[in-house]
This record gives sequence, C-alpha cells and structure tokens, in this order.
Amino acid sequence: MSGQALAALADPTRRELLERLARGEASATTLARDLPISRQAVVQHLGVLDAAGLVRSARYGREVRWSPRRDGLIAAAVWLTGLAEEWDRRLAAIKAIAEEG
Amino acid sequence: MDTITREITVAAARARVWEVITRAEHLGRWFGDAGAEIDLRPGGRLTLSFEGHGTSVGRVVRVEEPDRFSFRWARSREIEPAPGDETLVEFTLTETADGTLVRVRESGFASLTGDAAAYRRGNVEGWAAKTTELQRYLETVPA
Repeated sequence: MSGQALAALADPTRRELLERLARGEASATTLARDLPISRQAVVQHLGVLDAAGLVRSARYGREVRWSPRRDGLIAAAVWLTGLAEEWDRRLAAIKAIAEEG
Repeated sequence: MDTITREITVAAARARVWEVITRAEHLGRWFGDAGAEIDLRPGGRLTLSFEGHGTSVGRVVRVEEPDRFSFRWARSREIEPAPGDETLVEFTLTETADGTLVRVRESGFASLTGDAAAYRRGNVEGWAAKTTELQRYLETVPA
C-alpha cells in the first residue's frame, strides 16, 4: 500500500465516485449525470483511482464501465488499521512505562 | 484518510508522561526497541533503532513542555526525513481527573510516494503480508 491510494481516497469527489460505483458499475457518462461535475472531470478522477488500484474498467461494446476493486480498497483499509494498531501498541507501552515509576 | 489519531489515559502526572515521550531512554523502549537518541529542541535530530530493522531518523518540530511535542520521521531507514518520505507525529498531553490523556496524531500518509519507501519499514512488511492473506481469504468467499 502506498500513499497513492490514500491520496486518491483523500479527495471527497473520488470517495463519492467510489460510493456510487459500490452500488453498481457505471460509465463515466452515467457518473457525470449523477454528480455535479463534468464527464471530463469524472474521467480524470477515475484515472487517479485506476492508477491507485482502486477501480477497474471493462468494455461492453462501445461503452466502458467502471467498478470498484475490492483488493485495492481492502489493502488501503488494512494498511490504515495496521497503523492504528501500531500506535495503540506504542501508547500502551507509554502507559506501562509512565505508570511503573 | 491522511491522518491517524489515537489516545490513551495514563494514571500518572503529566510531567512524568512528558519524560516518557521525550527522553531517549524511554523512546528506545516504547517506539524503537533497540535504543534511541534525541536532541530535544526544534530541528533537533532523533534516531529510533529497531532490532533487525535498522534505524529511523527524525527531526523534532515542537517542544512545548508540558503539553506539546512533535516530530517528523522518515519512512525509509537510515535517511533524513524529506518530502514524500516522511510523516508528522504530534503528541498532546492533557491533565484529567484520572491522570493524563495522551493523544497522538500521525499525518502525511497521502503525500508518501512509492511503495518501496513505505514497505521498507518492518511493520509495514508485516501488514503487507497480512493484506495478502486477507485478500486470499476474501477471494474464497462469495462477494
């Protein structure tokens, strides 16, 4: 997991796109209709999410439809959880040392 | 997404907790596990050694006794923190009826560049392995 996925997720519009895609795959045109941004902006955001491994595309005839990538999203969640657990361990150690003397 | 915040209540005076989070002999136990060094002033150097995983280097940012201490530290071992390879760790100590509330905030993950730098840290390698295991498990479970 790199900062790339976290940077991609840090943007509220991209999170909204992911939430929309979690309800079902969609084309950039459909997504642009549901959101207050242009199709061109949707395509750019999808490009960032794709590069971060968070979405994938599939071609149906002339249409390209996007869907979320479970593996990428899980990796990001696990990474963040791991960081939180590491701090919990460090804080528990601080507590133990401070309370011992 | 860019920040992790955790806290714990310690049954000790704030001055005692301040010593634990800022003194080398303690940092080398709760952060590193093979010793630490710290020049406790803004800009001062900080080193955290990890058994079998080398030494991480940091730079102190704020030293405001009795309640604020922060530092930047490099994700890669053995090198100075630099943009794209560092996160900021901020401690805030608050006196409470039960002792001291220790709050820690680590931020800057979104600006890290490259898997290589992030994975170089031992624990991240551990999480990467865990991630792969979890993915393998989830792949066997119907969506």
